[in-house]
Amino acid sequence: MKVAILQMEGTNCEEESYIAFKESGFEPEYLHINLLKKGMLENYDMIFVPGGFSSGDYVRAGAIFAARLKAKVWKDLKRFVEEGKPVMGVCNGFQVLIELGLLPGTDGISEEPEAALATNESNRFECRWVYLKKFSDTIFSKHVGDKITLPVAHAEGRFLADKKTIEKIEEQNQVVFRYIAPDGSRPDYPWNPNGSVNDIAALVNSYGNVFGIMPHPERAFFWYQHPDWNRVKRERGDGWQIFNSLFREIIEAKNR
Amino acid sequence: MLKLVVVVKFKEGIDDPEGKSITHSLNLLGFENVKRVNVAKQYEIFVDADISKGREIGEKIVKKLLVNPVIHDYELRVEEI
Repeated sequence: MKVAILQMEGTNCEEESYIAFKESGFEPEYLHINLLKKGMLENYDMIFVPGGFSSGDYVRAGAIFAARLKAKVWKDLKRFVEEGKPVMGVCNGFQVLIELGLLPGTDGISEEPEAALATNESNRFECRWVYLKKFSDTIFSKHVGDKITLPVAHAEGRFLADKKTIEKIEEQNQVVFRYIAPDGSRPDYPWNPNGSVNDIAALVNSYGNVFGIMPHPERAFFWYQHPDWNRVKRERGDGWQIFNSLFREIIEAKNR
Repeated sequence: MLKLVVVVKFKEGIDDPEGKSITHSLNLLGFENVKRVNVAKQYEIFVDADISKGREIGEKIVKKLLVNPVIHDYELRVEEI
């Protein structure tokens, strides 16, 4: 299963992401937007938009990356999503998917953004480990434990949308992970690091194949990347569970 | 030559954390009567085009890149220079 890891000026999580996919049984390939041409996405089974600071976060985080993708391959991207192939974005990649209108995708694909990942309530870059609780079983989360910890590192992660959109997201069970406090209760700052509505940390579209997550699973792929590595015994990092979920739901399911 | 001036600001009701930080800082600097600051971004875009096309070009630029309609309002001025 070939995964296109999109690159552009300023993406900086592609190497960790490449390793995460490779170690999880996928065939990742870097694909730079400057080499991307119409018809090329057909050669891949999955698209991954990594984190970073594409185009220096100018205008808005993810806006330029999204506008360039839209100008180059919007039809191809829409077809990719409509065919049910998985698309995943982490951090800046999540911002890109929102700006594209692929997420929240309450009615499939939207030509205009339906939501925003706005500047954090704290008006600061927030970089720390957060606790997440799973709220929905998808191909990206089915084999993920109920509670996991992952690191966040972003200045623009406050999920916002109008009331109707939020209601629809909740109705359709599109929230995959929410931030929680260490004791599992509803979080205040800093456990909700950005002020996201309904503590939303990760979303899936209504089709179930486009997934965006603000925290970084690829940065918690190995057990030794967790800050409590010498106190808590793990076989794998918590982020691995997301890649493993994809592996089991897509590659293993095909071979069953 | 045209100068397109685009001011992008938050919609009424959308939280502006930068504005809040600045309000707080101004209060600490002794401006206790400052109640609110709105931060906006201004783009000056120089375009080689006829004035009759200015607004259309500006609107397209705004829609394609500068504004997320969920959180932003904008003003667009077209000037000939």
